[in-house]
Amino acid sequence: MTAALADFGIAFARVAVVMLFVLNVAAILGWVERKQSAIMQDRIGANRASIFGLRVMGLFHPLADTLKMLTKEDFLPARADRLLFVLAPFASVFFSLVAFASIPFGDTLRVGDRVIPLQAITLNVGVLYVFAMLSLGVYGVMMAGWSSANNYALLGGQRAAALMISAEIAIGASIMGVVMWYGSLNLQDIVRAQGDLLFGWIPKWGILTQPLAFILFVTAGIAATRRIPFDMPEGESEIIGYFVEYSGMKFGMFLMTDMVETTVLAGLCTSLFLGGWQVPYLLADGFHFPWGAIVGLGPLTVTLLQVGSFVTKVAVMIFVLMLIRWTLPRFRYDQAMRLGWLGLFPLSILNIVVTGAVLLAWGART
Amino acid sequence: MKVAQRFYLREVVSGLMLTAGHFFRNMGKHIARALGRRDARGAVTIQYPDERRPLAPRLRSLHRLVRREDGSPRCVACMMCETICPARCIYIVADEHPNPEIEKMPERFDIDLGKCVFCGFCVEACPEDAIRMDTGILEFSSYSRLGMIYTKEMLLALEPAGPDGVPRSPVPIPADRTV
Repeated sequence: MTAALADFGIAFARVAVVMLFVLNVAAILGWVERKQSAIMQDRIGANRASIFGLRVMGLFHPLADTLKMLTKEDFLPARADRLLFVLAPFASVFFSLVAFASIPFGDTLRVGDRVIPLQAITLNVGVLYVFAMLSLGVYGVMMAGWSSANNYALLGGQRAAALMISAEIAIGASIMGVVMWYGSLNLQDIVRAQGDLLFGWIPKWGILTQPLAFILFVTAGIAATRRIPFDMPEGESEIIGYFVEYSGMKFGMFLMTDMVETTVLAGLCTSLFLGGWQVPYLLADGFHFPWGAIVGLGPLTVTLLQVGSFVTKVAVMIFVLMLIRWTLPRFRYDQAMRLGWLGLFPLSILNIVVTGAVLLAWGART
Repeated sequence: MKVAQRFYLREVVSGLMLTAGHFFRNMGKHIARALGRRDARGAVTIQYPDERRPLAPRLRSLHRLVRREDGSPRCVACMMCETICPARCIYIVADEHPNPEIEKMPERFDIDLGKCVFCGFCVEACPEDAIRMDTGILEFSSYSRLGMIYTKEMLLALEPAGPDGVPRSPVPIPADRTV
């Protein structure tokens, strides 16, 4: 009985940790986005929101934003489809939130005789699961565009669907190289395999073994999150986008989806290409440096280092994604389509072929 | 268009290098400032109500009427400024001056700042150097049109700005006056 209760508690805690991590990172991303863009553009950025005169570099602005969103009028257009209109933001934010579940944030943790895997759910097809959830997220966008009874919103929803299809294929195909190389669809296994060393001293991270796939994946991933430079579904200067009829916290949930999807994309890039929770040369019992030195560490220290490594890598990846978002101008609709179908897709197929050839040659040699 | 530019990736990388360079340079300056280097500035923007740019001495700010030594206006109600004003925002009613050596003085001298275009023609036109635009006051605003009409008494009470360009007089009509 107690064992079952403990199992349940552990499962709950794993989900809670991931959920709180994603939600908090997504909330802070609003601040990161403002401040990082400001510093990139020689500005100072939002710093006025204060609690008792305390400003802490504008960190209260996400809080003020949320309060504003919650207290605004929640408008329902007269001719909108009520059910779908209300459901759309929830669907959008739900699928982006659950997408993070199978991304591992650490190796296993041993407590007593229990082995706790540090990820919300252990899935053998984790990669497929994340993509399924990310592509389901577009249904929220399409629902929003369709149910608003607004032509601009409908245009935005259609663009989102078209963009999603052209990005999705490139994502799936670019990921195939990684899956072939590490021989698993389980994200935990992929991350474990990235701890091996190439030539005895280079960590075998995905970005080194699959550099082209990394570039393709990041490009297609940004397209899948519908952020600049692929924000034609929004296109705020031309069609305003699928959420044109939304207001209040429903609109806020679409903004939140943006941030959560950015976090998921960063987590996925980290797991697939940046070694996940791996710290170079850190094994389960401490550092094993290639020149022979060994620094022994306790299992708890190792776990903390791994989780810290994962969080740091996600933060760096988010920085890069934000940098791209605030540097590049938006693609025109046809340019994005051409990039997706004539650029990313053939290149990722080429990546699969080359990876397959290399693996064949490698296998034949050994 | 060159092939390398059509490929786009190199241009993306150079753009990212530029913005990342700005980010890290400004971040370093922000950190230096937080550590006590007051001359380090990570941003080119100015936090307006808290810090102000220095005003140029020739800047045309809120008008004032220059006083004689006894405190009466130097204005002789010649109507030159009222005549030249392209916005027709000056309204003068002339009166006899008690001193017979001075021809006239204004009984009323109203400027409707809601109409004024700050061209400075009134200052140029004045033969007596009786009106100037050197108070350094820029923040006069009102919730009502009446609150933009400045009378002789208000304009007479204003002092020129200090040598550092900071106004020495308060704004005659506070912004929260509603009538």
